[in-house]
Amino acid sequence: MSDIKKELQKKILIIDGAMGTMIQRHKLQETDYRGERFKNWHTDVKGNNDLLSITQPQIITGIHKQYLEAGADIIETNTFSSTSIAQADYDMQSLAYELNVASAKCAKKAIAHYNAETGNTTPKYVAGAIGPLNKTLSLSPDVNNPGFRAVTFDDVVTAYTEQIKGLIDGGADILLIETIFDTLNAKAAIYAAKQFFRQNNVELPIMISGTITDASGRTLSGQTLEAFYISVKHAKPLSIGLNCALGAHEMRGHIEELSSIAECYVSSYPNAGLPNAMGEYDEAPEQTACFIEDWANNGWVNIVGGCCGTTPDHIKHIAEHVKNIQPRKLPILEEVI
Amino acid sequence: MKNMSTIKPYLRLSGLEPLIIRPETNFVNVGERTNVTGSKKFARLILNNQYEEALSVARQQVENGAQVLDINMDDALLDGVQAMTTFVNLLQSEPDIAKIPIMIDSSKFEIIQAGLKCAQGKCIVNSISMKEGEAKFIEQAYICKDFGAAVIVMAFDEQGQADTLQRKVEISEKAYKILTQKVGFDPQDIIFDINIFAIATGLEEHNNYAVDFIEATRIIKQKFPLVKISGGVSNLSFSFRGNDHVREAMHAVFLYYAIKAGMDMGIVNAGQLVVYDEIEPTLRNLCEDVILNRNNANNEATEKLIAFAETVKAKGKVEVKDEAWRNESVEKRLAHSLVNGITDYIDADTEEARKKYPKPLDVIEGPLMDGMNIVGDLFGSGKMFLPQVVKSARVMKKSVAYLQPFIEAEKKESTNAPTILMATVKGDVHDIGKNIVGVVLGCNGYKVIDMGVMVPTDKILDEADKKNVDIIGVSGLITPSLDEMVHVAKEMKRRNMKQPLLIGGATTSRIHTAVKIAPEYETGVVHVLDASRSVTVVGSLLNAETKKVLLAETKEEYLKLKKNFDSKKTIKQYISYQNAKNNKVKINWENYNPVQPTFTGTKVFDNVDLNEIKKYIDWKPYFIAWEMHGNFPAILTDEVVGKEATKLFNDVNILLDKVITEKWLTAKGTIGFWKAASNEDTVILNVENKQVQLEFLRQQIKKAADQPNLSLADFIAPKTENKNDYIGAFAVSIHGIEKHIKAFEAAHDDYNKISLQALTDRLAEAFAEYLHHKVRTEYWGYVKDENLTNEDLIHEKYQGIRPAPGYPACPDHTEKHKLFSLLNATNTVGIELTENFAMYPASSVCGWYFSHPQSQYYGVGKIQQDQFDDYVNRKGLDKTIMERWLSPNLE
Repeated sequence: MSDIKKELQKKILIIDGAMGTMIQRHKLQETDYRGERFKNWHTDVKGNNDLLSITQPQIITGIHKQYLEAGADIIETNTFSSTSIAQADYDMQSLAYELNVASAKCAKKAIAHYNAETGNTTPKYVAGAIGPLNKTLSLSPDVNNPGFRAVTFDDVVTAYTEQIKGLIDGGADILLIETIFDTLNAKAAIYAAKQFFRQNNVELPIMISGTITDASGRTLSGQTLEAFYISVKHAKPLSIGLNCALGAHEMRGHIEELSSIAECYVSSYPNAGLPNAMGEYDEAPEQTACFIEDWANNGWVNIVGGCCGTTPDHIKHIAEHVKNIQPRKLPILEEVI
Repeated sequence: MKNMSTIKPYLRLSGLEPLIIRPETNFVNVGERTNVTGSKKFARLILNNQYEEALSVARQQVENGAQVLDINMDDALLDGVQAMTTFVNLLQSEPDIAKIPIMIDSSKFEIIQAGLKCAQGKCIVNSISMKEGEAKFIEQAYICKDFGAAVIVMAFDEQGQADTLQRKVEISEKAYKILTQKVGFDPQDIIFDINIFAIATGLEEHNNYAVDFIEATRIIKQKFPLVKISGGVSNLSFSFRGNDHVREAMHAVFLYYAIKAGMDMGIVNAGQLVVYDEIEPTLRNLCEDVILNRNNANNEATEKLIAFAETVKAKGKVEVKDEAWRNESVEKRLAHSLVNGITDYIDADTEEARKKYPKPLDVIEGPLMDGMNIVGDLFGSGKMFLPQVVKSARVMKKSVAYLQPFIEAEKKESTNAPTILMATVKGDVHDIGKNIVGVVLGCNGYKVIDMGVMVPTDKILDEADKKNVDIIGVSGLITPSLDEMVHVAKEMKRRNMKQPLLIGGATTSRIHTAVKIAPEYETGVVHVLDASRSVTVVGSLLNAETKKVLLAETKEEYLKLKKNFDSKKTIKQYISYQNAKNNKVKINWENYNPVQPTFTGTKVFDNVDLNEIKKYIDWKPYFIAWEMHGNFPAILTDEVVGKEATKLFNDVNILLDKVITEKWLTAKGTIGFWKAASNEDTVILNVENKQVQLEFLRQQIKKAADQPNLSLADFIAPKTENKNDYIGAFAVSIHGIEKHIKAFEAAHDDYNKISLQALTDRLAEAFAEYLHHKVRTEYWGYVKDENLTNEDLIHEKYQGIRPAPGYPACPDHTEKHKLFSLLNATNTVGIELTENFAMYPASSVCGWYFSHPQSQYYGVGKIQQDQFDDYVNRKGLDKTIMERWLSPNLE
């Protein structure tokens, strides 16, 4: 894999759009999710999108390929919930490692096919997606017992370590800790990654992407954007950014702020607007692309793409709109106060 | 291009909010009262498990200006790991405390780790040192770095604490080198605690300790300007304990000089700092003498300060705190407590309100709900954030708990109170709103079963059945929860349940309930706006009379909402049929000369050589039939399934050879070409001088600029262009499978049975591909020199298309009739059409041929009423029949 840092100096890189939205289009049923292998599984598995990397890999690879065709430079593995903790919802915790390997392979395969079919030579990267978990380390699920935690830091580190191993074994080029709404979960992922790197003598670039959930401009666990960045800066990430929850319109101010404080590259992949009353996203590709073009023109971003509700069409428009715009330059880190 | 920005190497810490230590920060106060070794009160609270009160100690520190909170649980009687975990976790739910960064303070590293595991912000570790040698120091430093914490390094090594100027500087230099060069610490994340020792103890060798500290600070900051210097200030005045007046003066004077020398932070009692300038001059001069070790031969200065101290009557100072709000009305006080999450006075204030209002319930529905509404408004406008709201909910709960016994006492004895089941739906962890509703309903005398968060639908409904509840309420905050609620409604209908379903939570809305949820469960779905409304809604639903009225009214209201919504949605996303037709595919017909096929009419292929056909097989779907997903031939070498796939492939080739040599199957097909011209979405064929009309559908979804609304008719020259254009059709089938299937069945050979079925399907598709190739290059001949590989064919890289009626580009199955009669396919090829337009034998394929280079595959998608009406009119078929056939394309 050619060095992504070199690419980032040359141009704004494009990260792909929603996986879930694209999977929905296939209108898969319980039997599709189960495939042959899990046809007798004892719980329902419909909705376990990550499982599709094992049972319907051609669909996942197909979606990756659509994003590559749309112009994505970085594609995210289908592993948002591929941890033993999140998979427990389906009693599939024992599959966590395998899911990560399978998903990373789907993404690798999509790139190989894409390159073979198109003769493409520009580097394409697989970002191993590390989701936020369905259990949080900073918030109590019990309003009467605010000191209670449904999971411990050590549990989370163990789960993420397994995921990281799977992603790396499957061939991921980058680790992407994303949709962070509880910084402590993200810190556990960073902790797991750093320990894994040191013990196995490997090192992958880490991308970090948080989520601002509401009008307060804070993460769900209550941190301001700058506090969040300070809390994860020790990961020495390749990039810091925001994704999900907000549309590009609502995200603008936060991206501007991040761009002014980040020592590393800045990424952003917003939703296709805010969901309407039906929970659907209806921002048109052209609209999203125009918002993002504005950020690019201001010199705020290095990596852009889409989250919930975005499609290959959104990515295509975004790629088209930013292709001639210079990426944000890294700030100079002074050595004296 | 904008100027390059620069970032300074400041120490940056965080709690919920950032703390950036800039030169102008001057001095960082680290609150010291949450330390069991330093505060007897705090130690007692922790030992007695009084964590609520212990939290208020922390809050006082913040209110008094502490910028970092030092937490220490080093007590022999305490399980330090557990105490640290509990306290730091509790702190996280106190946003007014958690906003500042935490300093995790312990002499035991496992307690430090326990604290780090609970704090989301960037903490300070207090402390690590080379006390147990370099190796241990390095190991601990790595762990701190992985947690992202800044570290305080004690000037301590295997020989002991650094007490002289020289040792302080030496140990700091050594630690700095190890941390920056070996472990990879940023220099600004290193803080040296170079030991503040007690002075004025009477021992002369102690007299210069303060001076040594100040001078060492100056030297270290010159050598390493980015590091920070810290120290435990209260040690300094240890010999004056009990005399806070003198101690505070000593601290202020010491800090005055140490900060000037470069000290950045110190552990102080934030409530007890006096201002240097405001110390009475006599005391200040005495303090300066002992601290700077002036006029101190034979402990002279020390003696003077001790003498002075005895003249001062040490009084415990009253904590200064803004308590003005306590003078307000009880309603305002309750609101203040709710908004600020203060539980200190809630019982007393609740009691006062209880006496003031006629009924205890009135307190809840009056001042408490008013307070929560303020909270809701502040949250909505971004002035409060989630952890604060959670705290407010706790205050609310406490107040309600206080009122509960009074409500119980008032309540008439009734054993079978109506029961309401509540849950946050699967996949969602948010439950504040739901909890409030539960509390309010509970206060109104209903029995509430709260199943908590992330509850799967079947569990909710099973419990509802088991407990025979009267009403079910579901809640959620994130958008996927909306779908989950639809699922709940569907399941309730499927299970034939009778309870009304209440919908609540921040993401829910009346409109979503009306459009998506209510239609799924006719018994009754009601969206409940907020907790206060839930009482009236539940009350109405539990009375047979009012229930009927409420549900009927709600249903009517929702139907109206749905109707409005549906009409709006149409306008928003789709364009009129006329506009869609105006946005047809732009083809320059003037410069286009259609190629004339070698014949018109039909041609039958009776028994095509399977050896020819097999070259066109796309093997991928064959493997999919076996649930093996992957591209061909890559799948044969796939790590996981490759071995199995290869075996399968070998087997099927043996079978195929057998099929061919033993002539098990015959391939029959027919093609035809006719003169054709389009008129909007109708294509008119000239068949032996009679006209046959084919009807097509057009995409109606609003497209991006420059993107056409496609119809297959666009690919045939319009009649106004007067071009001799053509359309083609084909139908192919593989016959003879039944006998062999039966034979395999009789032999209980499922493997070969499935394999043969899948193979036959592949042969039919391959036959269609083979014929299409022949048509392009020979019979129609619009591409003379096509040179495509089988893979290219699979990826449809050829010119022209062969879409089948019933598939996305022409979804109307009923047009298959016309195709069959044009080709006379039933007679010549032996394919029967069932009443549902399925083809028999099953291994059959049919479709239209379009030759224009711009023709492409696509999906029609949803169409609107205007096009549907026009289409029904064109087809001359019954509307209800067409509705059935086009239902997937109708909204």
